[in-house]
Amino acid sequence: MQRYSGFGLVKHALNHHENWQRQWRNPTPKKQYDIVIVGGGGHGLATAYYLAKVHNITNVAVIEKGWLGGGNTARNTTIVRSNYLWDEAAALFEHSMKLWEGLSQDINYNVMFSQRGVLNLGHTLQDMRDIQRRVNANRLNGIDGEVLDAKGVQEIVPILDCSSRARYPVLGASWQPRGGVARHDAVAWGYARAADALGVDLLQNTEVTGFKIRDGRVYGVHTNRGDIEAKTVGCVAAGNSGVLAKMAGFKLPLESHPLQALVSEPLKPVLDTVVMSNHVHGYISQSDKGDLVIGAGIDGYVGYGQRGSYPTVEHTLQAIVEMFPIFSRVRMNRQWGGIVDTCPDASPILSATPVKGMFFNCGWGTGGFKATPGSGHVFAATLAKGEAHPLAAPFSIDRFHTGALVDEHGAAGVAH
Amino acid sequence: MFHIYCPYCEEHREEEEFHPRGQAHLQRPADPENCSDKEWGDYLFFRDNPRGIHHELWVHSVGCRKFFNITRHTANYEILETYKMGERPSITAETLAADERQSGVQAASGGWQTVGARPEDEALNTEARA
Repeated sequence: MQRYSGFGLVKHALNHHENWQRQWRNPTPKKQYDIVIVGGGGHGLATAYYLAKVHNITNVAVIEKGWLGGGNTARNTTIVRSNYLWDEAAALFEHSMKLWEGLSQDINYNVMFSQRGVLNLGHTLQDMRDIQRRVNANRLNGIDGEVLDAKGVQEIVPILDCSSRARYPVLGASWQPRGGVARHDAVAWGYARAADALGVDLLQNTEVTGFKIRDGRVYGVHTNRGDIEAKTVGCVAAGNSGVLAKMAGFKLPLESHPLQALVSEPLKPVLDTVVMSNHVHGYISQSDKGDLVIGAGIDGYVGYGQRGSYPTVEHTLQAIVEMFPIFSRVRMNRQWGGIVDTCPDASPILSATPVKGMFFNCGWGTGGFKATPGSGHVFAATLAKGEAHPLAAPFSIDRFHTGALVDEHGAAGVAH
Repeated sequence: MFHIYCPYCEEHREEEEFHPRGQAHLQRPADPENCSDKEWGDYLFFRDNPRGIHHELWVHSVGCRKFFNITRHTANYEILETYKMGERPSITAETLAADERQSGVQAASGGWQTVGARPEDEALNTEARA
């Protein structure tokens, strides 16, 4: 792999940037791999990278039915934070946050991780009590966080309507300075390039059409480019996880919903942090290009269409204008939908399954992007050892029968 | 935007008058005190979540406020049927597949998302590469 550096940029400038190495190969599928990962989004590619780097398992294929990072990795609002309430979730997301902090160096790819801080607004007394509880829990877990009052919020975001005239006046917020945003595509591409350099085969336009299962044990997958054998299969397919589980003959406690986002026309810098509100139900940041990146809630019905409904767009923008009257005349440029696999307790599933050798990493619902490095890291350990990584153990499918749920609706339900 | 026929109002109304309430025809365990954790967990949390024909419960929340059922395709979002509570759907994944077999039309997969990923498109791909 050609390493990227400032010097390389100058060198390639002399050749008019015509001789850059391709970022990854486009290999022909082999007949057999040690581990097959189904799904070439951020989480799947991160899993492949950490398998090769940490566990030294390089005979790995990532099977992707479309192109790399073309699903939810390309469709989110790129927010990264780790201020989750419960110990289990906080540990997992904080693990991820620590990996984010060194990620660009680690994979030699600028993921444009910008720790510009994340505000979660409170608009009612109950909101504020919940925020205090969550921030206290975060600090006990070693995660940075502060409770701000309305004045403190106004100082950070002067354009936010913190007046008492607002229909839902801002009473305060939780503030995580280490939170921020990252460049979503770069995360997928960076992991893909780094994994490919370590010998992982990235098989695009390859769709899994079934699993080879004998005596309750998986030994390969059927694809539209022929059968591929592997003793261990990890499925990281977000919204389509349920479809894969059905092929393997079991059910997951997931429902797939469209979640949409919008970007506006590019503006001059106006918002230098991330603002999220559960109560008026919207979140917003400004990209380096200048677009406002906006999102809100899922469409309530089950859907695989990768497009959202217009009523949801309207509600999203109502929330944004309620918080930021200054944006009332900003025009929206693009709108899209991704299919999120929501879990009943708003926590992910990182788990073995009824089929031996088959593992699922899914159920990230509306908040998977921020977890990309951590999810890949612990799932790689799970695949390599055949048993759950300690951070992944609380997120087993069993919890829906034992009742040991990790209820993160407060921290994850709306704020993604 | 869905245009939904409410079987009670007997009119088409806009999506915003309604709320989706998840999978229809869920059977509460007859004897919840004595069911196993497995049965209770399955009832509470596990859903079909199909990519295809889905029977789901909706409520006409700002209209007649009655619950009813919709049969809808979850990939192309086509509403195939709405029917009252207590009725059974006349269109299901099975009846659709049977109809298609009879008329000699290949069943729509609904699952192919990527251009060029269908096996029968292989010829096209080869052509494009040549």
